[in-house]
Amino acid sequence: MVIRMAGEFNVLEHELVPEYHLLSEKEAEKVLKQLKLTKDQLPKTRITDPCIRTLDAIVGPVEEGMVVKIVRRSSTSGVSICYRLVVRG
Amino acid sequence: MMVTGVTKRISAIKFAHLSPDEIRKMSATKIITADTYDDDGFPIDMGLMDPHLGVIEPGLRCKTCGKKVDECPGHFGHIDLAMPVIHVGYVKDIKKLLQSTCRSCGRLLLTGEQAAEYRKQRDRMEELGADMLDASMVSKDAAKDASSRTSCPHCATVQLKITLDKPTTFREEGHKLTPKEIRERLERVPDEDLISLGMDPSVSRPEWMILTALPVPPVTVRPSITLESGDRSEDDVTHKLVDVLRINQRLRENRDAGAPQLIVEDLWELLQYHITTYFDNQTSGIPPARHRSGRPLKTLVQRLKGKEGRFRSNLSGKRVNFSARTVISPDPMLSVNEVGVPIAAARELTVPIRVTDRNLAIGKEMCSRGPAPPGEDYRPGVNYVIRTDGRRIKVTDKNAETIAEGIEPGYMIERHLMDGDIVLFNRQPSLHRMSIMAHEVRVMPYKTFRFNLCVCPPYNADFDGDEMNLHVLQSEEARAEAKVLMRVQEHILSPRFGGPVIGGIHDHITGAFLLTHRDSKFSREETLKILEKVNIPDVPESDVEVNGKLYWSGKRLFSMILPKNLHMTFKSSICSRCDPCKKEECEFDSFVVVRDGKLITGTIDEKAIGAFKGRILDKLSRDYGPDGARAFIDASTKMSIGAIMVRGFTTGIEDEDIPDQAKREIDDAMVQARMKVEEHISAYRRGELEQMPGRSIEETLEVEIMKVLGKARDTAGQIAGRHLGMENSAVIMARCGARGSMLNLSQMAGAIGQQAVRGERLSRGYWNRTLPHFEAGDLGSEARGFIENSYKSGLSPTEYFFHSMGGREGLVDTAVRTSRSGYMQRRLVNALEDLKVMQDGSVRNTAGTIIQFMYGEDGTDPTRSVQGDAVDVDDVILCVLGNKGEHIAKVQEKGVVSYGIQDRDLLETPEEPESEEESDFDMSGGEEG
Repeated sequence: MVIRMAGEFNVLEHELVPEYHLLSEKEAEKVLKQLKLTKDQLPKTRITDPCIRTLDAIVGPVEEGMVVKIVRRSSTSGVSICYRLVVRG
Repeated sequence: MMVTGVTKRISAIKFAHLSPDEIRKMSATKIITADTYDDDGFPIDMGLMDPHLGVIEPGLRCKTCGKKVDECPGHFGHIDLAMPVIHVGYVKDIKKLLQSTCRSCGRLLLTGEQAAEYRKQRDRMEELGADMLDASMVSKDAAKDASSRTSCPHCATVQLKITLDKPTTFREEGHKLTPKEIRERLERVPDEDLISLGMDPSVSRPEWMILTALPVPPVTVRPSITLESGDRSEDDVTHKLVDVLRINQRLRENRDAGAPQLIVEDLWELLQYHITTYFDNQTSGIPPARHRSGRPLKTLVQRLKGKEGRFRSNLSGKRVNFSARTVISPDPMLSVNEVGVPIAAARELTVPIRVTDRNLAIGKEMCSRGPAPPGEDYRPGVNYVIRTDGRRIKVTDKNAETIAEGIEPGYMIERHLMDGDIVLFNRQPSLHRMSIMAHEVRVMPYKTFRFNLCVCPPYNADFDGDEMNLHVLQSEEARAEAKVLMRVQEHILSPRFGGPVIGGIHDHITGAFLLTHRDSKFSREETLKILEKVNIPDVPESDVEVNGKLYWSGKRLFSMILPKNLHMTFKSSICSRCDPCKKEECEFDSFVVVRDGKLITGTIDEKAIGAFKGRILDKLSRDYGPDGARAFIDASTKMSIGAIMVRGFTTGIEDEDIPDQAKREIDDAMVQARMKVEEHISAYRRGELEQMPGRSIEETLEVEIMKVLGKARDTAGQIAGRHLGMENSAVIMARCGARGSMLNLSQMAGAIGQQAVRGERLSRGYWNRTLPHFEAGDLGSEARGFIENSYKSGLSPTEYFFHSMGGREGLVDTAVRTSRSGYMQRRLVNALEDLKVMQDGSVRNTAGTIIQFMYGEDGTDPTRSVQGDAVDVDDVILCVLGNKGEHIAKVQEKGVVSYGIQDRDLLETPEEPESEEESDFDMSGGEEG
């Protein structure tokens, strides 16, 4: 899913940056339902965040109120998944 | 979640501005005179001490509400200001408002669409659960956008630049704006534009930020005190209000008399100064208002702010009753769960008991003893009796009998502390949850709090004069909760690394070592002495016989306190990590094997029963519960003490004695090192030194020299170490982990080694030299802080000086580190204090927003897992299959398990300067001498 843009550095490729996935409206709703959460209870990430901007360039427009799924390596549980709400930055 | 018994509940708190109308409406009286009391000492009407403002003198009644002292809450008054004045607390907001609104029509300098867009953005953010801070960013952006406009989009007026002269003077292109003009401008801002700027016009209007009336706080807020001389001394706030009134009066007179503009303006500015300092006496840009004595006044902001302010010292932290503080001292015969309380404290601290039919007789009996029951042994008495009508009666020796007779069910009696009561025990700084634990009381003679030494590590306590606090719980619920959650035995495992924080220290470890090392054995008499300590009445069968005499092996004795079905295999502290490990055949007896609760081989030392490292403690508290672990800690430490007392143990400087031959060898090594350093230096001078990659030639030289000198110290340590065997007390302590390290010993017996400041050899002092004893530019070992002597042989004057330099750095470091880490801890705790793990395993704050989707990402409590796993498979295999399982379990390959912690807790206050490790040059490789 990572596409290199000409001459540009892609933060998502950096080894210290976790995996980012943009969730569709449907997926987001499913996740929220599963976790029994409302959108406002999610942790936030700013739309100006370099990762979100890169995501925007690669997989299409990211707007306020969308949910991203972040998968990172964790020293305690191996892989840890978390969700963040994109907000105005 | 409903709490029963609460009739009124706060659903929201809203902050808004007080309007002048509201100030006047809530005012009990208008204040006009600056005088407080008349000649007879009565408060003057409409003065600052007007009796309408509340009562502070006992016996008087409030003129507003008619209540007495403590019943009357106090009432606000007000001062009508002759001219409007800016409120310092709002200058930033006033500036923002002035800059973002039109100077003539008062509209927001944005088109209707722009304003609506910002409003929409903020609504959206609130919907997505943004916090106040993020939402306020939007209005800030709106204001910024508006203030960058040069002309009004509504009336086309050209906007002038508004600047703020700190603290309270506004200028428009250099022309000064009076508060009156500012107020007029703010009045013109329409309500709907305020919403875009983040103000709620239904509760606050911007012109209210310019004061026209000043609320006067009730006298209860600023009580005057009567000195013993009969003079009245007023509160700082009252003093400030007097200033305000006086200038306000003069300003009004001058203005009404038509005084020159200049004089009126001067007085106006003076009034502004007084009101500014009335709010905040530390406003930058103006001199603080001072008392006659020169002390700056403590006005409103100063009352609230900082460590001594209302919030941190009166609301977040309070003084409490039913607490005690005294010096602590050790008592190895107490259980870890207990605390010894001096009789004097026990008689002062009380527990409320409700009298019922069932305890009536006991209650009466206890009460009749009075507040100080006579007799040799301690019996609890009663200090107060609370009747059913709520009256509290003090029990004295005289009335004790009569009160006791009057006691009936429904009364409360406040009885003295007695054995078995649950109390909280605390030592500051309270950095852990283990800094406050629940103990059971043991009332004892003398004046100190006493507790078992195993509890020193969690409190980080020692007995060099430390004091600790004790709190007596006052309700049954609190006692039950404390007993279940806070008892010492529930905290044996630390939540930080999942290992034990409570366990043997110092002599416990030495004692266990002496008890179990190799084939130590004890005669019948000695065995009895040891077993007596642990309260085991039956002597087991002896297992060693030498020359017809019966002996008991230490391993046998130790096995008596192990649970019957315990299986364990690990390497002890004294293990020298030989390769390959000989396991059960270990010649140093450092391979511990426990089968069916019997210690078969190995030595019990720090790795087995020590705090932080004790593997047996770890396993027992997981597998046998807090009760089992506590019983083992109590028994093992007592047995260790018994063993060390039977054998006898001492250390002294003679323990570092080495033969003359060894001393000569060390001297030779030192001479050689010195020569090698000289060689390096001359190679450097000749330019023949080979430069290391990434280093300058000078740095290369330093590295080379440091290498040589580091090796020299190790060599000295090794030579000395050859003569320090396991029969040496100091070595025993260092190897078994009781106290000290082999590095400490080699510094005492061998050589101290290189001293360092900032990780480099000493170089500062004089020009190009450290001390005038050396030539300028001397790079040799002695000139740059290498100490060839040992602590025992004594240091030369220059060495002594160098040692002090290194030591100084250590002291400065610790001082700096404690204050800095304290502040970090404070900020961290402030951020984390209201987080909570919910039922679904997520971590959330009070607003219900997610902080972590799963606690610690794996949802694991370190105190209830084995190295992060729910089940220790190897352990299960070993338990089921016994010795047969070993090859499957691979227990032995796992080797020495560490908890991934440093020996020293970073939260602890750093070690006392007595340990030299800190200031030492090279810590690597020094451990084993």
